[in-house]
Amino acid sequence: MTTQTITHPMPADWRDLLALTKPRVMSLVVFTGLCGLLVAPVAIHPVLGFTAVLCIALGAGAAGALNQWYEADLDAAMKRTAGRPLPAGRMDRQSALHFGVGLAVFSVVLLGVATNWFAAAILAASILFYVLIYTVWLKRRTPQNIVIGGAAGAFPPLIGWAAATGDTATLPVLLFAIIFLWTPPHFWALSLFVRSDYAKAGVPMLPVVAGARATRLQILLYTLPMMAAAIAPWPLGLAGALYGATASALSLVFLGLAAQVAANRATEPAEMKPEKRLFAFSILYLFVLFGALVLDRWLIA
Amino acid sequence: MTEEDPVLQEIRRRQRARALIMAIGLFAFVALIYFITIAKMVVN
Repeated sequence: MTTQTITHPMPADWRDLLALTKPRVMSLVVFTGLCGLLVAPVAIHPVLGFTAVLCIALGAGAAGALNQWYEADLDAAMKRTAGRPLPAGRMDRQSALHFGVGLAVFSVVLLGVATNWFAAAILAASILFYVLIYTVWLKRRTPQNIVIGGAAGAFPPLIGWAAATGDTATLPVLLFAIIFLWTPPHFWALSLFVRSDYAKAGVPMLPVVAGARATRLQILLYTLPMMAAAIAPWPLGLAGALYGATASALSLVFLGLAAQVAANRATEPAEMKPEKRLFAFSILYLFVLFGALVLDRWLIA
Repeated sequence: MTEEDPVLQEIRRRQRARALIMAIGLFAFVALIYFITIAKMVVN
């Protein structure tokens, strides 16, 4: 008599499927998408508005899942990401791929059905941009990865606006520009104090390729057009004084923190307090800036 | 009475949890489609 061993593939835990969607990153995406929807001049039915924001969240989750599917080897090499479901071996890659593709198709089709196909097309473009242009093409090849790839995270206000109006305009394009120009200082501040992680994984982030000094200067340089884009809706008459004052004050603080980063010469992560402060503030900056715009537009209305 | 393999128990637990979430998700989806249809009728 022979004994036969039957191995059962372990299905992924639902918490790991949720972790694939990068819920913390999703919160900022959802917020900026919601703001794009709320500042639009056309009032959208609450159910359709809710569906649009849900689809933006699901689309972002799909992009995150596909990113983790493709980058499982990179994530395994970095301390910050080694605990994710795929590198930790809690899920097989095929499940992650199926989950990501399924969620992407579902979010785009649902957005098209609920609102309009222009918004759905932008959502599809943003998912494809993040997965194909940023993850597959740029991330492992060039230190400009985050500059060009940052566009993927800048789409949500455009999608929100398009969901409400079926069109685009100057204001959502400016909101796109703000996030696009905000992304490099935000990510380079982070990559300065996790530089060794990126170097170990062979990711050509700017601090790895050009050094800390050049990165700090680039952070300061990118802050200037970001400030201009952030304040622009006010002089252009697209937002009122409340937004103008908030954007100016926040941008000056951002510039001050970026100047502190530029002046810092530390090489050890423990001594990179200005970089950590800028990274933390940059998240708050975007939340408050977009929140102020919504408040301002509603006050005008 | 035989004791079940802990690995099989864990597989069943995960399958049950995923089936429950899938059921809730499908119910929410049907409800959402219903409300979307009503909302579109109101808008148009």
